[in-house]
Amino acid sequence: MITLLEARGITKRFGGLTALSDVSLTIRKGEVYGLIGPNGAGKTTFFNVLTGAYTPEEGELVFNGSELPLGKPHKVVEAGIARTFQNIRLFRDMTALENVMAGHHIRSRANPFSILLQTKHAKEEERLITERAYELLKYVGIERFADTISKNLSYGDQRRLEIARALATEPQLLALDEPAAGMNATETARLRELVQTIRHDGVTVLLIEHDVKLVMGLCDRLAVLDFGRKIAEDVPAEVQQSDAVIAAYLGGHATPKAGANP
Amino acid sequence: MNELALAIPWLGKRNPAAARWVLVLLAVGAPLIAMLFGKSWVRILDFAMLYVMLAIGLNLVVGFAGLLDLGYIAFYAVGAYTFAFLASPHFELHLPFWLVLPLGAVFAALAGIILGLPTLRLRGDYLAIVTLGFGEIVRIFMNNLNHPINITNGPQGINMIDPLVLFGWDISKPLKVGDEITINSLFLYYYVFLACVVLSVVFVQRLQVSRVGRAWAAIRDDELAAKAIGINTRNMKLLAFSLGATFGGVAGGLFAAFQGFVSPESFSLMESIAVLTMIVFGGMGNLAGVIVGALALTALPEVLRHVAVPVQQAVFGHVLLDPEVLRMLLLSLAMIFMMLLRPAGLIPAYSRYSRPELVVGKEAGR
Repeated sequence: MITLLEARGITKRFGGLTALSDVSLTIRKGEVYGLIGPNGAGKTTFFNVLTGAYTPEEGELVFNGSELPLGKPHKVVEAGIARTFQNIRLFRDMTALENVMAGHHIRSRANPFSILLQTKHAKEEERLITERAYELLKYVGIERFADTISKNLSYGDQRRLEIARALATEPQLLALDEPAAGMNATETARLRELVQTIRHDGVTVLLIEHDVKLVMGLCDRLAVLDFGRKIAEDVPAEVQQSDAVIAAYLGGHATPKAGANP
Repeated sequence: MNELALAIPWLGKRNPAAARWVLVLLAVGAPLIAMLFGKSWVRILDFAMLYVMLAIGLNLVVGFAGLLDLGYIAFYAVGAYTFAFLASPHFELHLPFWLVLPLGAVFAALAGIILGLPTLRLRGDYLAIVTLGFGEIVRIFMNNLNHPINITNGPQGINMIDPLVLFGWDISKPLKVGDEITINSLFLYYYVFLACVVLSVVFVQRLQVSRVGRAWAAIRDDELAAKAIGINTRNMKLLAFSLGATFGGVAGGLFAAFQGFVSPESFSLMESIAVLTMIVFGGMGNLAGVIVGALALTALPEVLRHVAVPVQQAVFGHVLLDPEVLRMLLLSLAMIFMMLLRPAGLIPAYSRYSRPELVVGKEAGR
């Protein structure tokens, strides 16, 4: 399998706190890759480093064979990485359709001059953006809310809208930060289907999740972070057996498997 | 224009086409109506048009991109002084207006970028303070740059500024049609300003429903999310500042030519606040609201001036409250009531890029 993203020795410190220490991981093209760990393990920090919101002190990211610019969010999106947020961040006063249309920004060209003159190209581009945005709403299943102001959407639909907006940037890697947080069982099941569809359509997915059941069922491989360090990276079945992971989640020292029940 | 037409009470909703025609007639016929009350009202109308342009420009920065700018009048000053420098006896320069006006716009845009660059990371109150300072700095420069070298002529200002000459036709002189009718230059200026306003409205309206307008709205709603979908927030903010400033620059140039005189006094903090009040009063982010707000708040003090003095004289025998004092009082009252009753302004902004017609069209097509 081809490597899509390779993180090498990422270290991020906040003052005296080392949020990430020497984290290296590899995401392959076409897989669903999970990133789990207890609260405060550094999952979201890793996410923010990956998407350019934070600049790491050390390490580098290689995406699609070329180095990813660090600390420049719009360059990261341009390279083909899109993200959603743990606490939904939509453009609250825009309609659902507008949110997705805004997501097309990086893949469109119109400038104030072509907009003033309404050139053929600008008009055609605008028409395409509207059409594609509507199709993306359909893709995530909320096209009937196209004209609803996004803050009035239900929680689950807001999550879907955020995914549609991220997909509008035409990413190769879609990074979802706890997409199932706060969802009920039905919503989670539908989300799982959506992620599978997205993956099936050729977009690699990076998933941060607390819902262990969801992660284990959905991910091809996953990495476990604890106190800013990667303590495991493997297929779900192997990770479940790892002593270090069990220790991280249940506390205490890593003990042999036989004595895991003291 | 459709929004403005829809805003006409009663008629707007029932017959939009008729409302649109009413609007066109009103815009074209306004100076004639104003003339019924005297020539000074036509002059007020001309100024109102300049304020509409300013409000449209400031709305682009504050209403669309969400960058609170309290020093917007500085760009008006830059445009006005550019015109004054390049087309007056002050430097013995008399360049044609089609060169001076765009230059004023360009300088204003540059000033916008100069203001924008150091304030990129600031938002809300902090940005407001810095922009307020910027506006004052520009005014103080204009006030003091007469020494050691006289550039701005200090507080005296620059006068005898060239009027607008459109391709050899001096519009500051009355136009004679036949022998009977002469058209006052105030009318001619009105139509020139109206043309500029219409052009601005078209431009801003197109911007709003475009890639650029959406990027601004995204930054306004959630800057972090805007970055996360790949919007280069630095460039987009600078674009908002410079484009907004351009409108100020053009309006400033027109102001200088119309008035024939500029001085730092015209560009005080109160003016910045007045323009901001217009857009807040009318409906921030809504073009129609902003225009109505600018017209209403330009007319209000003038009406007061014409009404308050005679009324007070009739009732008390002498003038108790100066109209200027009354103006501030009533303006503040109007703002307080607006904030209580209609916090989003006279004509509130609503989401606009949704283009329901496109969505519906697609549905029907399938």
